[in-house]
Amino acid sequence: MSKNLRFKSSKQVDETYRISFKFNNKTYYGYKGDTLASALLANDVHLVGRSFKYHRPRGIMTAGSEEPNAIIQLHDNTSRTEPNVRATEVEIYEGLVASSQNCWPSVNFDIGGINNILSPVLPAGFYYKTFMWPKSFWEKYEYFIRKSAGLGKSPKEADPDIYEHKYIHCDVLIIGAGISGIMAAKLAAKNGLKTLLVDEKSFLGGSTIYDNSEFSKINNQITSSWLEKEINEISKLENLEIKTRTSIAAFHGYNFLLARENLTDHLPINQRENKIRQRLLKIRAKKVISATGAIERPLIFDNNDRPGILLSSAIKKYIDLYGVACGENNILFTNNDTAYETAMSLVQRGIKVNAIIDNREEINSKLSYEIAKNNIKIFKGFTVVDTYGYKRINGLAIMELSKDGQKVIGKKIKLSCDSLGVSGGWTPAVHLFTQSGGKLKFREDDQVFIPHKYPSDQLSIGSCNGDLSLEEITTNTVLSVKKFLNINNTDYKTFEITTGINKSKRNIWLLPSDKILGKTKSFVDYQNDATAKDIKLALREGFRSIEHVKRYTTTGMGTDQGKLGNMHALGIISETAGTKMGEHGTTTFRPPYTPLTFGTIVGRNVGKFFDIIRRTPIHDWHVANNAKFENVGQWKRAWYYPKANENMHQAVQRESKAARDCAGILDASTLGKIDIQGTDASEFLNRVYTNAWSKLAIGKCRYGLMLNEDGMVYDDGVTTRIGENRYIMTTTTGGAANVLGKLEDYLQTEWPELDVYLSSVTDHYATISVCGPHSKKIVSKVIPDLDFSDEKFPHMSFKNTKIGQIKCRVMRISFTGEQSYEINVQSNFGKSVWEKCMEAGKDFNITPYGTETMHLLRAEKGFIIVGQDTDATMTPIDLQMDWIVSKKKYDFIGKRSLYRSDTIKDDRKQLVGLLTENPKEVLEEGAQIVADIKKSPIEMLGHVTSSYYSPNLNKSIALGVVKGGKKMLGQKLIIPMENKNINVTVADPVFLDKEGERLNAEL
Amino acid sequence: MFLINCPFCGEREQSEFKAGGEAHIERPKQPTELSDDEWAEFLFMRKNIKGVQFERWNHAHGCRKWFNIARDTSNDQIKAVYKMGQKPPVK
Repeated sequence: MSKNLRFKSSKQVDETYRISFKFNNKTYYGYKGDTLASALLANDVHLVGRSFKYHRPRGIMTAGSEEPNAIIQLHDNTSRTEPNVRATEVEIYEGLVASSQNCWPSVNFDIGGINNILSPVLPAGFYYKTFMWPKSFWEKYEYFIRKSAGLGKSPKEADPDIYEHKYIHCDVLIIGAGISGIMAAKLAAKNGLKTLLVDEKSFLGGSTIYDNSEFSKINNQITSSWLEKEINEISKLENLEIKTRTSIAAFHGYNFLLARENLTDHLPINQRENKIRQRLLKIRAKKVISATGAIERPLIFDNNDRPGILLSSAIKKYIDLYGVACGENNILFTNNDTAYETAMSLVQRGIKVNAIIDNREEINSKLSYEIAKNNIKIFKGFTVVDTYGYKRINGLAIMELSKDGQKVIGKKIKLSCDSLGVSGGWTPAVHLFTQSGGKLKFREDDQVFIPHKYPSDQLSIGSCNGDLSLEEITTNTVLSVKKFLNINNTDYKTFEITTGINKSKRNIWLLPSDKILGKTKSFVDYQNDATAKDIKLALREGFRSIEHVKRYTTTGMGTDQGKLGNMHALGIISETAGTKMGEHGTTTFRPPYTPLTFGTIVGRNVGKFFDIIRRTPIHDWHVANNAKFENVGQWKRAWYYPKANENMHQAVQRESKAARDCAGILDASTLGKIDIQGTDASEFLNRVYTNAWSKLAIGKCRYGLMLNEDGMVYDDGVTTRIGENRYIMTTTTGGAANVLGKLEDYLQTEWPELDVYLSSVTDHYATISVCGPHSKKIVSKVIPDLDFSDEKFPHMSFKNTKIGQIKCRVMRISFTGEQSYEINVQSNFGKSVWEKCMEAGKDFNITPYGTETMHLLRAEKGFIIVGQDTDATMTPIDLQMDWIVSKKKYDFIGKRSLYRSDTIKDDRKQLVGLLTENPKEVLEEGAQIVADIKKSPIEMLGHVTSSYYSPNLNKSIALGVVKGGKKMLGQKLIIPMENKNINVTVADPVFLDKEGERLNAEL
Repeated sequence: MFLINCPFCGEREQSEFKAGGEAHIERPKQPTELSDDEWAEFLFMRKNIKGVQFERWNHAHGCRKWFNIARDTSNDQIKAVYKMGQKPPVK
């Protein structure tokens, strides 16, 4: 296992810079420039993982982002650990640690391998079919199934890396820096267009950059040298930005694209400190040119998944770019000419090519004659029927194909090898094109889908457009880019192309075997272990839609999204169903093209930047006074203020008692405030609230309820008339923005004739609410000039006044049922006025209280909280708030809905009070309410919406919604809990001070 | 994410806007005169067509103005943007 398969390398790998890394706890060496895959192959390591379902040994299959097998866990057991990383894309660095996934105890000895032996009883849909019965057992099966089918481990600690988002605008975005991308970039940038060129790899030039054989030339220069000169030239262009290690994840409509730029993943860990790891680029391009290339197809035959079986193009890339041979005794198996290029790359370095198996009966390319001259046996018209070797291929069997390619004939011939390169031709990488909404067409000649209808200002060029020969690529790229970008003059004249290969191909989706299909394992989707047999089974079982077959067999549903095998799945389906290939279309390609990390997706929006935080002007005081905070919308609201060792319950009980016995103070700054002005302001309020507003006198306040057009309660709050044509509306904290939006909507679209203007003034004012029997004394001390007598300043009225030089508005309104004053001052004075109130209230045991106490106090009074006691199914009638619905008004938002057949039903859920039989027992909010627990199924009548222990009443109180509750006063109901049933009685929702005497009560 | 040409501000990203459902559904002037069925027609029934659909949009994180667009729901192409109260300039 410690062979060195490194041959004289190319420029990509720096042999003076040796790097050590660990894979599965063993130390290996590679060179700077290697990927994890190339470094492992250089050490003759092919076996890197186990397959998903059968736990079959799997090796590196490709040399790019399409890799289905070599998906590994990076950074074992650290906070950086990352599953499902493709070894073919990881650039090695000193100290890299990686391991195999989906195997236990090790990749060499994996207990799950027993699934491979059991595979005849594990067909497609096995888990669906078997574990559905009995239903309740799924929970028990699931644990074991998940354990055996896991792909990697997620990190258990917070990600230590930094990520960010960036917007980019450009004239032209070019995706892919292969030969056609480079040419397009030159054309665009040299014509004054702001151009961005991105490529997922660390180097430019795609596969052409290592196309350095004598048989491939452009204008009499070796192709790779020609391209190098082009790259040198474009790297000097000023209006061209080049981003490598940048992979387009998504191509959305309107040429909006998301890309992931990798900045530090190739660096040793100690060099990543304080650097941004990955950047999500949000690109808005006027024009997009896709030059995403093509992906080589595998071939589908029995046991085509053994370690040591790679794509022929991958073998070529490893030897040409990294100087690494994938084996010492190679065989190539192909249906087209490109495998001969691989053979030539190996032969030129003196690496043995044992044989070439070619599906075709006639091969006429120049390169094939050259190969034959090297005494390499070419089996024409043959196919591989089986392979041998468990953890590494050691041989294969071939047979002759019948004329029609449907059968094998003659005798089986066995050949030995330690590496098999397969080539089934090329599939244009149209994923991004279709993501953007592009429509494909099927080209019969070589059985490929190519771009057909563009949904936006974009173009596909090069092999992703189906131009697979060097001649087509060069000529068509120039022609189509010129037209697309409206360019007249270019440096490109004609191209003189020399290659050793032709376009001929013999496409057979599922190669025949001497065995019956049921006895073969011909993998179509390597990562998800879906075989040709599974696809045929799905068709036999009646699945017809390609999308259904995909989900049933899980073909193409792995992290590689079937980049290799999807075409074969389509081919096998159309062959079996007897339909034409283009008719089925393809399955939908969805973003991301390659997986994105969560870090990249969220960028900087983590920790305290996860969401916007809004703080009141008095926030610092709450912090200094040990407040616990609650999130209400984006606001941080003081929840309760524990003293010494108090827990939440104790603090809330103390605060609630103090507010009723002495005085309480609440920061109500978060309530939404809307300044309403205009000559039609009163009429407007008449239309948006359920009650009447025309007669509200200046200086008076009124509570209002707002409905949706469907009659359901939307928001509530007190609105004050501060002038002839001016009101200040308050809304709930969470509803402020939506209420403003809704009012604007009606003003702009339904009632543009109304002269009304709205402005949000929520943040402009701090609101301090002082309540309790001592409240009048306290506010009189704070504002000595104002007459607070009940005659001059009664409940539900408002005064404009001053505290020293500070202008303020005082409203006498109450959400607690106590005598209560709300002082509104400009935000920046909020904290000092609050402190003045605290100082003035010192002798009266003024007690700051938070939202929890506020909720308890209002519940004692039976006041609702919109969103807690209501959801979008409660009308004012359901809430027993008929009194606030005007009978006289002709219309208001939601009025007509209040007498729809559904809203007038008697058995709607209605708001009621609930008292527990045991006054100490506090109900759980959200608990279900029933009448009869013997009935099966038990009829759910409703649920508890608010529940507290009231220190002022010395008993538990609750609000709830119950079907037909209005008529149930005094009736006994049951709250069934996990371990007991709680008996409750339906009560009036107003528990305290039904007469409202406390509003004027003083001590 | 598409670009919307706000008639008041110009071209902006979709993320600045809020969709407001089907356009050209006028709130009945005399709701009390309507039967349950007629009111339900206004309240609940909406077209959901594949093709050009007229929609209300609000420049919520911009000028806060409401306006209409004609959008092809099959490919998100916006055929026209026009102000409230105007007739759709396309069919």
